[in-house]
Amino acid sequence: MTGGGRGIEGARERWVRSGEVELCVAELGDPADPTVVLVHGYPDSKEVWSEVAARLRDRFHVVLYDVRGCGRSTAPRPLRGGFTLERLTDDFLAVVDALSPDAPVHLAGHDWGSVQGWEFVTAARAQGRIASFTSVSGPSLDHFGHWIKERAARPTPRRAAHLLRQGAKSWYVYALHTPLLPEAAWRGPLGKRWPALLERLEKVPRGPYPTPSLPSDAAHGAWLYRDNVRPRLRRPREDAYAHAPVQLITPTGDAFLSERLYDGLERWAPGLERRTLRAGHWVPRTRPGQLAEWIASFASAHQDGTASPARRRPPRDRYAERFAGRLVLVTGAASGIGRATAFAFAEAGARVVAVDVDAEGAARTAELARLTGAPEAWAECADVSDGQAMEKLAARTAAEYGVVDILVNNAGIGVSGPFLETPEDVWRKVLDVNLWGVIHGCRVFGRQMAERGEGGHIVNTASAAAFQPSRTLSAYGTSKAAVLMLSECLRAELAGLDIGVTAVCPGVVATGITSTTLFTGVPEEEQRRLRERVTRLYGRRNYPPERVADAVLRAVYEDRAVVPVAPEAHGLRLLARFAPRLRRSVARLDPRF
Amino acid sequence: MDSGGLDLPGFRNVQRLAYDCAEAVAARLRPGTTERDAARMLRQWLRLRGVRDWFHLPFAWFGDRTAFAGFRVPAQFFPTGRRLEPGMPFILDLAPVHHGFTADVGYSGSLGPNPLHTRLLDDLRDHRDLVLREVRERRTLREIYEDVDRLMMRQGYVNRHRAYPFGVIAHKVGRVAERRWSPHVLGFGAQALKGLAADLAHGHREGWSPLWSPHRRSDHPPVPGLWAVEPHLGFRGTGAKFEELLVVTDSRDPEESAFWLDDDLPHVRRGEGRTGR
Repeated sequence: MTGGGRGIEGARERWVRSGEVELCVAELGDPADPTVVLVHGYPDSKEVWSEVAARLRDRFHVVLYDVRGCGRSTAPRPLRGGFTLERLTDDFLAVVDALSPDAPVHLAGHDWGSVQGWEFVTAARAQGRIASFTSVSGPSLDHFGHWIKERAARPTPRRAAHLLRQGAKSWYVYALHTPLLPEAAWRGPLGKRWPALLERLEKVPRGPYPTPSLPSDAAHGAWLYRDNVRPRLRRPREDAYAHAPVQLITPTGDAFLSERLYDGLERWAPGLERRTLRAGHWVPRTRPGQLAEWIASFASAHQDGTASPARRRPPRDRYAERFAGRLVLVTGAASGIGRATAFAFAEAGARVVAVDVDAEGAARTAELARLTGAPEAWAECADVSDGQAMEKLAARTAAEYGVVDILVNNAGIGVSGPFLETPEDVWRKVLDVNLWGVIHGCRVFGRQMAERGEGGHIVNTASAAAFQPSRTLSAYGTSKAAVLMLSECLRAELAGLDIGVTAVCPGVVATGITSTTLFTGVPEEEQRRLRERVTRLYGRRNYPPERVADAVLRAVYEDRAVVPVAPEAHGLRLLARFAPRLRRSVARLDPRF
Repeated sequence: MDSGGLDLPGFRNVQRLAYDCAEAVAARLRPGTTERDAARMLRQWLRLRGVRDWFHLPFAWFGDRTAFAGFRVPAQFFPTGRRLEPGMPFILDLAPVHHGFTADVGYSGSLGPNPLHTRLLDDLRDHRDLVLREVRERRTLREIYEDVDRLMMRQGYVNRHRAYPFGVIAHKVGRVAERRWSPHVLGFGAQALKGLAADLAHGHREGWSPLWSPHRRSDHPPVPGLWAVEPHLGFRGTGAKFEELLVVTDSRDPEESAFWLDDDLPHVRRGEGRTGR
């Protein structure tokens, strides 16, 4: 027996024999439920899955095992030749035969567990034993072999760059092929420092993982590479087609695997379901909730184990891969940019909460969001400037719909007029909605995101007026500049929690804001005329809120800090940066409507 | 009924003919039919029934082209090789001239169920009511245009008639001289264009415009005559419109001052749960 893993809380352990090795298997949940088998990677043991397993145990019969030579499973003798994918397939089938003899299992693998999973799901002898496969950060060596061959055979600049990038990310694979040295490092200084390294570089929270068996797991696991990588990459199997539906989860911040590696994977796995998330390599530790959710929903959708290759799939949509099923909350969602943003997220398959003081408008947004493609959408009536109401909203949202993944603080009002003629209550109102609304949103929902610890994103709608002063926009510009600064500060603060913060600066966009803008220092009649006039001007500019919504999705996808949208917003930002004196001259212009 | 000397039954007949044509062709659309196929079917159906001249040649838009997605130049309005797929929305827009009477109709549908499209069609009803009500109140055309815009915005849709030439929500139609030879220019019938040009010149002198647009030249109360009204809603990749003739008269009685030429049309019947004439 190697090492001494602490096991998983509440798990029933048993031993399964596969040829010469004894595998340590842990079971959770009711064996009558559908079985999910979780396979760990390198240098890990089954405990890497503990958080995910805990979240699946109520709905599934969860089975985890230590791969041969890892954790408490025994290692083959001799080590060389004992870790080939054929032997690993023997192990998997032995475990499945012992624990789910009658029904096919749902398989999920991370890292080398996923590499193995691809072998199982493409090997003829495992056909009928797997109902679905969720692959996380581990390509099939055969597909990888073909991927390299195709790019090496016709190295266009782009394909050559793909090769070089992945080649650089695979440095550790070359290192593991040197004899003895890796073992010495793992049993020595590397093994000791590994937990600290994981915490610093991969943001893996400290805890019972990694287990004390790490040095021997890692030393034995080196043979996974030595036994398989060279033969498979040199002569990849030609028949590596998946015989079960596959879900591919790609973390975009993976230090070891390039996203490009999975290009064209549909050829090998028809009906492939793709999902991406912004995270590093150790997703089972850093995003257990999200991962468990995806494994569970994919398993539930493929309970009968039939692949669905006949279904015609729409072309790949990067937003759908990222946002499908995520919970998005948008304030100010009854009109304009908020509404368009809600629809854009709905179209990508996100679940949407539309919040507005205008309950009817919010309900309308939610209804159309459902028709647009949101699996679920709800309307909530709340005043963002009311801190207590926002607290209540956050509590209700968390209880009924879950923790918000993406928050869009968009609600805002327009105010225009000279400073000396702007009364105090107008100042209070604009700051209450435009600034305090954002503060409340960030506070109540940001806290939930931080407590969950699985990252998230906050988008705050600022304005081009945040960097361009104007003699007529003192109140509005002040509130929006504050939102911009708040976003930048928060971004710095929350980066460690993987919560991205974006300030969006739209520009002149045709929305309802102009028809409710308060023009101060003018009589009622003039106020109405000004609103009509400005609305017409904005209408003639005709920059649609849908384009701002697209910019919001792109900003979340790419985790951008400050996003000017319309050309004038870009222009004013450049002005602010490079021509501050010109900017001040522009600020003095008195627009006459 | 004082309708300014207009021969309404003639217009009503050709409008019915046009809608019958749209319904007949819509029933024949199949997955794989292209916009060009559909436009040809519309043309042939009407030619067989004696139509020789057009206000404009029939248009057909499928899929996201119903919302004029990415339209930049007028040439994009013409039918393309876009193929119809199950669930796709489509719009057939045709304007035949029959015995000198002009109709201009728009028919929206979808190939199989499309809940979003159904919702758009339901919401179009409000625009039909709004336009009639405000025309009867003799609001200026520009104000009505802006009220339609506001209603669309409240409903969550985008104004897509803005994409039409001059951004019009409606235009005047009238009688057209019957000629043996009826050429068309850029898809528009030469005779109809001549009539429109005459109206433009006429209106320019009197301070009104036959093109109902958001611009200053439409800042006048409704002018008696026949107006082909075509509010067009867009929602991301889905668009829906209707187009039918509104009769405006100079009667003092509100009921008589404006009315829809025919209330027995497919998009009116669907709202009332009726299925056919």
